[in-house]
This record gives sequence, C-alpha cells and structure tokens, in this order.
Amino acid sequence: MTANREKLVLIGNGMAGVGTIEQILKLGGAYDITIIGSEPHPNYNRIMLSYVLEGSKTIEDIILNDRQWYEDNNITLHTGTTVIRIDEQTRQVITDNGQAVHYDKVIIATGSNSFILPVPGSLKDGVVGFRDIADCDAMLAAAKQYRTAAVIGGGLLGLEAAKGLVNLGMDVTVVHLLEDLMERQLDRTASSMLQAELARQGVKFAMGKQTVELTGEKRVTGLRFSDGSELPAEFVVMAVGIKPNVQLAKDSGIEVNRGIVVNDYLQTSMANVYSVGECTEHRGTCYGLVAPLFEQGMVLAKHLSGVQTPGYEGSVVATKLKISGVDVFSAGEFTETAEHTVISAKDEWKRTYKKILLKNNIIVGAVLFGDVTEAASLQKLVKQGTEMTDEIYGEVMGTGCCGGGGAKKGLSVEAMADEEIVCGCNGVTKKAIVDAVTENGFTTVDEIKACTGATRSCGGCKPVVEQILQFVLGDSFQQSAKQGICSCTPLSRDEIVAEITAKGLKTTKEVMHVLDWKQSEGCSKCRPAVNYYLGMIYPDTHEDEKESRFVNERMSANIQKDGTYTVVPRMYGGVTTPEDLKRIADVSLKYDVKVVKVTGGQRLDLIGVKKEDVPKVWEELDMPSGYAYAKSLRTVKTCVGSQFCRFGTQDSMGMGAMLERKYERLDMPAKFKMAVNGCPRNCAESCTKDIGIVGNDGGWEVFIGGNGGIKPRIADAFCKVRTDEELVEVCSAVMQYYRETGNYLERTSEWVERMGLEHIQNVILGSDDNRKELAARIDFALAQVSDPWKKMLDDNSTRTALFEQTRV
Amino acid sequence: MELSNREYAVGAADDFMLQIGRVVNAGEVELAIFRTSDGAFYAVENHSPHPKGGPLAEGIVSGYYLYDPLHDWKIDLRTGEVQAPDRGQAVVHPVVVEDGVVKVSLPAAVARL
Ligand SMILES: Cc1cc2nc3c(=O)[nH]c(=O)nc-3n(C[C@H](O)[C@H](O)[C@H](O)COP(=O)(O)OP(=O)(O)OC[C@H]3O[C@@H](n4cnc5c(N)ncnc54)[C@H](O)[C@@H]3O)c2cc1C
Ligand code: SF4
Ligand code: FES
Repeated sequence: MTANREKLVLIGNGMAGVGTIEQILKLGGAYDITIIGSEPHPNYNRIMLSYVLEGSKTIEDIILNDRQWYEDNNITLHTGTTVIRIDEQTRQVITDNGQAVHYDKVIIATGSNSFILPVPGSLKDGVVGFRDIADCDAMLAAAKQYRTAAVIGGGLLGLEAAKGLVNLGMDVTVVHLLEDLMERQLDRTASSMLQAELARQGVKFAMGKQTVELTGEKRVTGLRFSDGSELPAEFVVMAVGIKPNVQLAKDSGIEVNRGIVVNDYLQTSMANVYSVGECTEHRGTCYGLVAPLFEQGMVLAKHLSGVQTPGYEGSVVATKLKISGVDVFSAGEFTETAEHTVISAKDEWKRTYKKILLKNNIIVGAVLFGDVTEAASLQKLVKQGTEMTDEIYGEVMGTGCCGGGGAKKGLSVEAMADEEIVCGCNGVTKKAIVDAVTENGFTTVDEIKACTGATRSCGGCKPVVEQILQFVLGDSFQQSAKQGICSCTPLSRDEIVAEITAKGLKTTKEVMHVLDWKQSEGCSKCRPAVNYYLGMIYPDTHEDEKESRFVNERMSANIQKDGTYTVVPRMYGGVTTPEDLKRIADVSLKYDVKVVKVTGGQRLDLIGVKKEDVPKVWEELDMPSGYAYAKSLRTVKTCVGSQFCRFGTQDSMGMGAMLERKYERLDMPAKFKMAVNGCPRNCAESCTKDIGIVGNDGGWEVFIGGNGGIKPRIADAFCKVRTDEELVEVCSAVMQYYRETGNYLERTSEWVERMGLEHIQNVILGSDDNRKELAARIDFALAQVSDPWKKMLDDNSTRTALFEQTRV
Repeated sequence: MELSNREYAVGAADDFMLQIGRVVNAGEVELAIFRTSDGAFYAVENHSPHPKGGPLAEGIVSGYYLYDPLHDWKIDLRTGEVQAPDRGQAVVHPVVVEDGVVKVSLPAAVARL
C-alpha cells in the first residue's frame, strides 16, 4: 500500500457497491479502499436469499467475497458498522461507533430497506421484511415454531417468500391489494396463470385485500382487512416494496428525491461523492434489480479509474421469478394500450402464454409464461428497440421453419455492446465471456461458468451465453458446443452406451481412455455415471468400482453434514416386527444414535452414527440394508389395504413387501420410489412415486413418472392389469426400460417427459415379446445383486480401509 | 522460528486402496491420505475448505484432483488449491514412502496444535 494513493470509501457492502469495487480492481484503479457495511456479513448474493429460504442453498453458499478476498485486495473492511454522515468540509465519513474515516472519493451504495406498511401493529413481534440474512434467519426460525403465515404483497419478493415458507412446511396465504399478482410485470392473463400454478403448489391467496391492522398483543396473531374480514397468522412477512435508503445522504445535505439524485456519471450533488445501486435515482428512476446496478457500477468504475466511457443512460429491466416449476418472464412494457400492436399466443393445454408488444413496429415489451426459452432473445430485442420483421416473428413465435435462427441470433449478439451485462446475477459482461473464449480457448458453457461465473446462479442467462459462444466460435461451435454428459467428454449418454457395447469396453478407465476423455480419469459427474452404465450393460461381469461411487454409495450409508452417518435398515412395505424394533432400539442405545426418525418412506432413520461404528451397527442389527443412500429402489410405501382397512379391495401390504423384496439392491439411473394402495382412496400417495400402484375391484392400476421432490410431478396413468403376475411383469418392464434408456441421475419424472408416455406405453404394452424380454433382463440382473452390508463385513481389508480410523 | 518437522508413519503403502481416501489421526491432526492411480501418495487435512467444512476422505479422486464429498468442490491434491469458480485452499502436508512405509511430515507447531 502506498501512502499517496487516493482514499476511496464505499458505504454499503452490498451487491452494487462491491460490484463497482471489483470492476475498479480489474481496471487497475489506484485507490486505498475502505468498505463500511451495516450487516455483520461479508458481501453476499442477495438474490439468492430466495434459494436459502427455499432450502436449496445455505448462507455460506451465497457468500460472494469472503473476508480473505478483502484481505487479498488490501481492502479495509468494517462490518456491523453504519455510516451516519459524510462531512464535506473535513472530507470525513462518520460512523455510528464514532470513527471518522478520511476520503478523497466516496461511493454511497446503501441499497434499500423493506417498506413496512404504516398500519397499527406492524411493529409487533413476528412481523419481518424480506431483505437480508437476518430476515431470512427469522423466517427459517419462525417456520420451525409456527404453522400459519401471511405474506403481504404479491410481487416477485412476496411470491418467492411465500413459496419458501410453503417449502418449510407452513400454511401460507399471500395477501395482495390488487386482483392481479405481479401487476407491475405481468398482464392479467399471465398473472392468473401464475396464480393458478402457485395455488397448485400449495400457496393460498387473499386477493383484493387491503390490510388495515395487524392484531395481537405483543406478538402478531392475524390481519384485519378494510372490508372487516380477518385472517389468522402467527407470522407475517411484509413484501410490499422497497424504500431507497437515503437517510445518510439526506443527513449529509446531498440532494435526494425518491433516491439519491445522480447524473449520468453517478455523481451526486456533493463533490467527490457518488452513488450506485438501489439507493440511487437516475433520470427519475430507482431500480430494484441487479442488472441495472451492475451497469451503473461499470460506468462508475471506469470513471473512477480514469477510463473513457459514455455515461449511463438507464436500463431496460427484465424479471424472472425464481420458483422451481414456475417460469415467468417479462421485459419492457407489458400492458397494452391503444398505441400497441399485440402479438400473443395462449395455450391452455400446455399452460403457456407469450405476448409481444410493438409500438410503431418496434418491439417494446414481452411477457412469457410457462415456457421461457425465448426470454433471452426477447430481452435483447426489447433492449435494442429492434424493429419487427418476418424473420424475427418466425423466430420468436416459433412458426419459422427455415432453420436460419442460429445465424440471426448470432447477429443480435453481435450488436450487443461489449459492456452489456449478460449474467445479471454475477455481473458478467459480454466482453468477459468473449475474452474467456478467445483467450482461454473455452468452448462450452461449463468452462465459461467455471472461469467467469456466468450462468452460475439463476441460469436465466444461459441461452445468451450459448449464443455468444456460437457467435465467437462460428462454424467450429457446432462440434465443440455439443454438450456431453459432463465437461470431460462431448459424447452423450446414448453415444457412450453405444460405444461401450460396440467396442466391448469393460471398465471406466478403459471407457475414458478409448473414448478420449479430456480429463483422463473423469470427474465426479462422469465416473459414477459410467460405472452405472457398465453395470447396466454387463450385470453379471462388471465389477463395481467403489472409487467411482459417490460417498453414500461407497460407504453404504448416508453421510450427514457433520461427517457422521445415517443407517437405515429395510422394512419391507413399511412393515416391521416388535423383535426388529427391539433390536433397533438396543443398537441405537448402544451406539449412541443421535435421532431415530420415521422417514417419508415408512422406515426408521438411525441418524448420527460415527464412521468407525457403522460396520458394527450393521453387524449387530443384522438386517438388510435399506439403501436409503442408493440410486436404486428406496421404499415401497403401502397403506393397510384389504388386510385391515374397511375400504381395501387388494392386499397392498403384501404386494408392497413382495415388490420391495424383488427389486431391492438393483442399481438404477436415480433413486426410485414405489407405493401400493389397497383402493382408489390412495392413502399411500401413489401419484408422487416413480411407480404408483392402486388396487381396485378387478385388479390394479399402474401410474408412472410421479415425483414429490424439488420438481413435483403427478404420475401418469400407465395401464390397468388384472392379475398380480401381470402387475409384476409391467413393473419389471418399466424399470428395466428405464434402466436401459435413462440418463444417469435422471428421475422417471424427467425420463417420462423426455421419452414420451405414449412411446413407453408402445414399447411395453404394445408388444408382449418386448415386455417379457425386458422383464427377463431385469430378472437376470436381479439374480446378481447381494447385500452390501454382508459383503463389507466379510471383507476385512475393504472395511478397514473405508471405515477404520488409524491413530499414529 | 522452529523449523523441525515431525514425521509420522501412517501405515504400509499396501494398506491404501487406489483412489480411496483413508483417515489417519497424526498427533492432533486428522489427515485424509490418498493414493492416486499412479501410486503417488498425498496427505490433506481432513477438513474441507468449503465454509461449511466437512470431511474430505470420502471424495472421488480423479488424476490429482479430489472432488469434495459434501460440496463437490474440486481440489488439487498436490497444492490443496480449490479450482475455479470456487476459491479456497485445503491444507496439504508432504508425504514420502520409504521401504513401503508411508510417512507424512507435519510442522511441529501443527503437530502439537
Ligand atoms: C430476497 C430477494 C430476492 C431478490 N431477487 C432478485 C432477482 O431475482 N433478480 C434481481 O435482479 N434482483 C433481485 N433482488 C434485488 C437485488 O438483490 C437488489 O437489487 C440488489 O441487491 C441491490 O444492491 P445494492 O448494492 O444497491 O443494495 P444492497 O445489496 O441492499 O446493499 C446495501 C448494503 O448497504 C448497507 N447499508 C445501508 N445503509 C448503510 C450505512 N449507512 N452504512 C453502512 N452500510 C449501510 C446495507 O446493510 C446493505 O448491506 C432480490 C432482493 C431480495 C431481497
Ligand atoms: S388406499 Fe384404500 S385400502 Fe388403502 S388404506 Fe386407503 S382406503 Fe384403505
Ligand atoms: S443471470 Fe442469473 S445466473 Fe446469469
């Protein structure tokens, strides 16, 4: 650090501010940098709080720059510190803990605060906004303790919060002032489709309701609306909007309107003081999304680094809702007026909707629902104010046939400015991607992701990244861009399987060598996949490769986050005996199991077994492995059925136990779940299983492709059969066909959609021979399997190598 | 500064399966020892540099790289360096094999830690 460098102070350790600093560092701007932020955390990706709430990411996962980064870049960081004033006279920034930091330049990037409705009761306990990690923690904690929640506000944030709370098991009602959700981004049609989809996913709605009071004593107990009606709620999230955080600027005498007023170079009314991000008002607009903030940051960084740049001219914003299974997109103008020419297509069967608005034949806005593949191109067309032509119409409305789409898309990326942000989540510009391709010779989206971070978060920018690749690489793109099963190979699953069979390849090593893998021993994606394909092709001779197995399968137990393991014994059809229960209890006590939990598949989890104890626990349980860790049949869930239930027409417990015994242990492309019900009341929930079976008076009904996980899907009716033998044959054939054609890690829900239900029906039901051959092949494979616990206990050296901990 | 390293014999080379990690406690340090397919040995402290931590021994080994079992971070066994786009460093220690015995040397300070 040199003493004569200028001192740059950033106020606000959020996305816009730190994004600007990152750019300044890249441009080699010579400053002594100090960052002061109110939150106790280093810089994190605020957008991804929705994923933290939803449960697919943790707080640690969303940290953008850890403390080491600040150190590595010689940045002085003060967290948990709030700036209260900028003193222009002494050129000092004053903090709430009495420090004064000298500056030559200041960037204000204080973001916004959640807008809290000014109604009585809004300060009660149990009322939060959705803005930062603290809010997110409060929601996670509330979900553990309470059941009913209300989310006020049916915009982007409110809906993401609501879905997150539903995922956490709460009963959630979204309260919205208007009749349409996301009315600032969507038109009425898209909005009602969105509401229907979210309702399907378990979110409740109270539309057209104005909240006038939050009831309760110290803690909130409910909402009262202007029409006098009430809604009970033990927890309330306010997501009605954001308020630029301008207090500090105001107190320092800087010009403030709704936000801190800046010119095209992000200069505020005070000399040497700049402002970027949500706290900023530029040409009358305050933005609440990241892409514009990065664009502002880019201009400011150049300006502060002495690099020539045109000023910032405002941004076109586009929105994508981050809720799995709900695809909506909107860009530019979306409500039609008399001035607009409207192109629209609504498909009620596929539940998709597309609308493009033109003004004087210029594309000014677009809305998509259900299928957002065109989002990236539309966003660009809107941004560039492109004129509608026959070609573009054909391309975006999907009626074009002459296949020239690629070249034209290439043209539109060509027109894109170098500095334009392609990946809004991670602030990656077109130039950064082009450089990654030209300087490092990268040819795949995965490589670009690894190098620049683009496509890493919401994935919305992937199509544009692909188009840029295509544009830069030209003809060579066709071959190189072909996506293989991972970045080690351009080959697809089908090609690999075909090569293995044609060339008689026997081990993963051989496959990778002969098929010219880029990384000679593969990676954590392809090694387990190839090991599976080999086992599927050569069920009797392939020697399973433990070193290519994911930890859980290698150890035949589930690893937990603290490095202990969960052991799950089989309980065929969800049935156990008092003797077995007693043994489970004894072993759990002896080995100090932390928690015994009933699983969703009707078994007992013994959670928290120390690694060295795992073999002993198996030995003493002396029960078959429940394969809770495996890509194979997990459980067959059953109801009580005709043995005990007054409605039951079929013996579901018996059938479930039989099926579980028959198919246990066999490797499949992904985990596999079944259920058997004694009658159409469906108490064991067949509709969310890979194979669901429902008994009826004359026999059984078979459903396939259901899933209750992160991408829920209701199973499709596959066929009806009369006898138990037919049922087993159909199940065998479906499972074997899935084994033979499924991509590794592809659940049947995705497989059914990829292959087509009708196609699978044709293969299995259309030809008796086919079905019988498939069933015979699975029987052959099943004859080869054995219990891994027994095997491991007999194999001293493997057991020692895997489980024992030596002390020296 | 005290420079003396302390050497720990962690086992016979044959005790280690190719590409399958093994946990050894040396003094107060928990190590994950790996033997790559070319027979070379590497010792890494059995703690992932990922902010959430967790063990490393059960990861998938490919060439000189280890894929962290809980978070799938790609770590260079030779340097401990986490590969982009992730960032961080696992702690590695030098290993030698003498007369079929695998020896890891730990800095004295670490050994006592
Ligand atoms: C749950 C959620 C989901 C979102 N999803 C999306 C999305 O999908 N797409 C999208 O584009 N955008 C999304 N956003 C919006 C996006 O996160 C914001 O636009 C962006 O983070 C704003 O960046 P910023 O730097 O202006 O403000 P912030 O990231 O809010 O940073 C401001 C920081 O300044 C600190 N601060 C404030 N005052 C002071 C002071 N006086 N002294 C010191 N520090 C101070 C604050 O504590 C805060 O840490 C989402 C936001 C949330 C909350
Ligand atoms: S599905 Fe039918 S048979 Fe089974 S428990 Fe429910 S009502 Fe009874
Ligand atoms: S825009 Fe979200 S990952 Fe790129």
